[in-house]
Amino acid sequence: MLAPISISLASLNITTMAPMLIAIVGALAILCIDLMKEGLHKSFYVMVSLLFLLLDLGAVVDFGNVFLKSGSVLGMFDMMLIDGLSILSQIIIVAGSMLFIPLALTSKRFHEYNYPEYFALFLFMIAGFQFMVASDNLILIFVGLETASLALYTLIALHNRSKSFEAAVKYFTMGALAAGFFAFGSMIFYAITGSVEINQIALALAKDEYVNIGFVLVAVVFLLGAIGFKLSMVPFHTWTPDVYEGSSAALAGYMSIVPKIAGFVVAMRLFEFLVHSGVVWLQVVLYVSVVVTMTASNIWALVQNDVKRMLAYSSISHAGFVMAAILIGTTQANTALFLYWALFSFTNLGAFSMLWVSRQKNLIPGQSSDHPYEKFAGLVKTMPMAAIMIGLFMLSLAGIPPFGLFWGKIYMIGAAVSGGYTVLAIIMALNSAIAAYYYLKLIVFMFMKEPIAEYQKYYLMNASLSLKTIIGIAAIGTIFAVFAVNPLLKVITLFVYNSGY
Amino acid sequence: MQEHILSILIFFPALAAMFGFVVHKDSVRAYGITVAAIEFFLSLWLWNLYDPMTSGMQFMEMAPLVSAFGISYLVGVDGISLFIIILSTFFTLIGIASLTEKRRVKDLIITLLFLEMTMIGVFAALDAIVFYVFWELSLIPMLYIIGAWGGPLRIYASIKFFLYTFTGSLVMLVGMLFMAYFYYQATGQWSFSLLEWYRLILPVNIQMWLFAAFFLGFAIKVPMFPFHTWLPYAHGQAPTIGSVILAAILLKMGTYAFIRFSLPLFPDASVAFMFPIAIIAIIMIVYAAMVAYAQEDIKQVVAYSSISHMGVIILGIFSMNVEGITGSVFLMIAHGVVSGALFLLVGVIYDRRHTKLMSEFGGLASVMPRYATIFGIMMMASVGLPLTINFVGEFLSLLGFYKQSHSYTLVAGTAIIVGAIYMLSAYKKAFFGTVTNEKNKNLKDVNRTELLGLVPLVVVAIWLGVYPKPLLEPINNSVEAIVQLMHDKAQTLEAKQRIPDLSNSAGLNSTQEAH
Repeated sequence: MLAPISISLASLNITTMAPMLIAIVGALAILCIDLMKEGLHKSFYVMVSLLFLLLDLGAVVDFGNVFLKSGSVLGMFDMMLIDGLSILSQIIIVAGSMLFIPLALTSKRFHEYNYPEYFALFLFMIAGFQFMVASDNLILIFVGLETASLALYTLIALHNRSKSFEAAVKYFTMGALAAGFFAFGSMIFYAITGSVEINQIALALAKDEYVNIGFVLVAVVFLLGAIGFKLSMVPFHTWTPDVYEGSSAALAGYMSIVPKIAGFVVAMRLFEFLVHSGVVWLQVVLYVSVVVTMTASNIWALVQNDVKRMLAYSSISHAGFVMAAILIGTTQANTALFLYWALFSFTNLGAFSMLWVSRQKNLIPGQSSDHPYEKFAGLVKTMPMAAIMIGLFMLSLAGIPPFGLFWGKIYMIGAAVSGGYTVLAIIMALNSAIAAYYYLKLIVFMFMKEPIAEYQKYYLMNASLSLKTIIGIAAIGTIFAVFAVNPLLKVITLFVYNSGY
Repeated sequence: MQEHILSILIFFPALAAMFGFVVHKDSVRAYGITVAAIEFFLSLWLWNLYDPMTSGMQFMEMAPLVSAFGISYLVGVDGISLFIIILSTFFTLIGIASLTEKRRVKDLIITLLFLEMTMIGVFAALDAIVFYVFWELSLIPMLYIIGAWGGPLRIYASIKFFLYTFTGSLVMLVGMLFMAYFYYQATGQWSFSLLEWYRLILPVNIQMWLFAAFFLGFAIKVPMFPFHTWLPYAHGQAPTIGSVILAAILLKMGTYAFIRFSLPLFPDASVAFMFPIAIIAIIMIVYAAMVAYAQEDIKQVVAYSSISHMGVIILGIFSMNVEGITGSVFLMIAHGVVSGALFLLVGVIYDRRHTKLMSEFGGLASVMPRYATIFGIMMMASVGLPLTINFVGEFLSLLGFYKQSHSYTLVAGTAIIVGAIYMLSAYKKAFFGTVTNEKNKNLKDVNRTELLGLVPLVVVAIWLGVYPKPLLEPINNSVEAIVQLMHDKAQTLEAKQRIPDLSNSAGLNSTQEAH
């Protein structure tokens, strides 16, 4: 007969799940409200989601204080791990989501926002991402990943256009493959070490001095494939441009930021110890994939005719740039990753929002996609403010000082320099020069060409006050980033360093 | 207010540019002139406050920006940067005052005021990252000026200009990060302050690599052969105001940065690269002069002559002694005045005929006597006639390099003389002889607006040619400090010999007074 299991509730430390639970409760609340009263305006749901996200953020920040006082917190049979990485990434996730959700308040009606389920799914997705970063248990990471991904596929499809369905199905199929990879990789690690917790795996591997290196490598291949897919690393990137093109510009912007930070944290937890324990093969593979991701996607971006697809490739390139941090693996590099991503989220959100405000419902004859470059021709003559905004975001993405991303870039390249990766540092710098060309292309269209009359009425036709506010916040975050860098750097370094990365 | 004068100088134009958005487009030109005039008088006031006997940095301001990474807002001027700053404010004023552009003047003036901020920022910055910020930021207004107001190939020219410079400066940025990292290794903390970097003595092989990284950034900007290919396009397509600012100020950023960064940070590498760079400089002088001779477009002649003169400046800088560097700094200012004036003059004729081809002209001297006179004076200044402004700089630069190598200087000096040919022949083609083209018969001579821009330049070109002392003395004092620093830091025997030791010579009396 089995002995009865007795655990005290206190030892579960159930509060570690508080942030995710808030998001889940929010989602359920939205569903219940819909049951009781139908036909509420989308602004109601937007604000309710925003409130729950605010609570969520509050809970995360509270953990931040706890962490600074007494270090990492474990809970739920050590499944949950609230360390500096998870707190930082949750802040980026929740704050990014809070900036994203008001983009639903367009002045034109869009199909997806009529469904309250959209907002419920959105909150579920956030909970999924939060679980993903707040654990070093491969199974919980997997569950979080799948929850978030399934919700995201549906959100894309809700946009209700043939291209959106294509995008959702494509993303789903590829995502299923990646999920399979993840499960396989975890399984192999479990087989050789008897654990699914990353720090246990690290200990077990170190203890028997990597005798099973062959198996480790196979497991790493699978996991690299799975995470590479999430981060859209070349050669797992093929879904990205199509999916971005199919989803609404707002959601595309969201996808380029939030899911990726979750992916980076998992990658950091998984690969960092392997890189540090001298698995040379992994170093080589990471090095190659970082360089190829940066360079190849930049070159593809050069030949795009659609701004959204260009931004899709550019976000792949940025992901590759940031992935270098995991290869370098110093505290400075990991700090740079979070700094870069925090700054990137403002700029990229702004860039995608500018596309979103000029979204048209039907294409005009001869128009091949939603946002061809020609659409923005001569914008400075018709709408100087909008042109300056887009120009600002493009310059920041290109890494022109003193705008946001420049500071992330120099800190990252500085990390490469001090980590001893000289060649990588130069490749990173030169890639910024290649990238400058396609960002400039849009600026050239906006500032140096004559306007095309048919497109003019589409500009800012979606813009409502709340969208303009979000764009304003993004712009302020981009311009005045220089004053935020120092405090950010200090906080991030503190969190990352105390988590042992 | 005096202690913040540099910050005021840097940010006043930018602030004024923001306010400029509100000004009505019919009045914006007057607004631009007012702002540029205030800025110019502020810079003159800076000169007035400046103590010419002190060799070090003055009016320093410091505010931490990213202290965790050692980046701070650090600005200051010495004799080297002071006059280039005044040149920048002077040319922005003249450029706006003599503006003949009619299309979207408001955008243009706002852009020019932003550009003025970045130019002054570059020359005042003493923190490498702040320097880099302004250096990169200066590309954007110029990109817009060339791309929006330029000729038919303007987009190609503007993108080429941007990408070329941007690529070079990114490599330079990696070099800066390395420099900061070495500082971190030596002292345990990050710093991008140039003054703290000066104290760092680097191993010679590292100096070589870093010198190369910085060199790429600076050489593209100057532009040195073989990185010069963007310049003729940029000049050819840019509107008059763009060419004037580009030639007078933006190109000087590269040569200035050589003096500010490369020489004092990497003295051994500078000496090691002295002769290769001197060869490049001589190629620039000779080759650009030959290409200029073959041009049919007056503006291209001036553009290539500009490259040719930049070669002399480079030669002066890499002579590594007080005469040469002082001469090259003076020549930077001289070249700014003269080439800026020449581009303005080309703009005058372009406004009337909408062509710049020399074959279209001939005998202009009889139709436009005042124009021909001013052009003639500036052309004489450009070829380095004694008692004009260029002569002083060229003479000192060559004198400086003569101390390093007689034969190189001989070649360079001859090349400069031969270089006069293309200028004289261009002048002959356009101005002398009979008026062959019907369209030229009734051209109007320079009007009041244009004279407003040109006369001050003529006055400066002659005044400083006759009496250069007010500029030379402060420049000389600051250059002495840099040369002494280089001598003290030099490690190799060759560098010690090539860079003169001033500590027990007459040069000391100026530094002694700095208390």
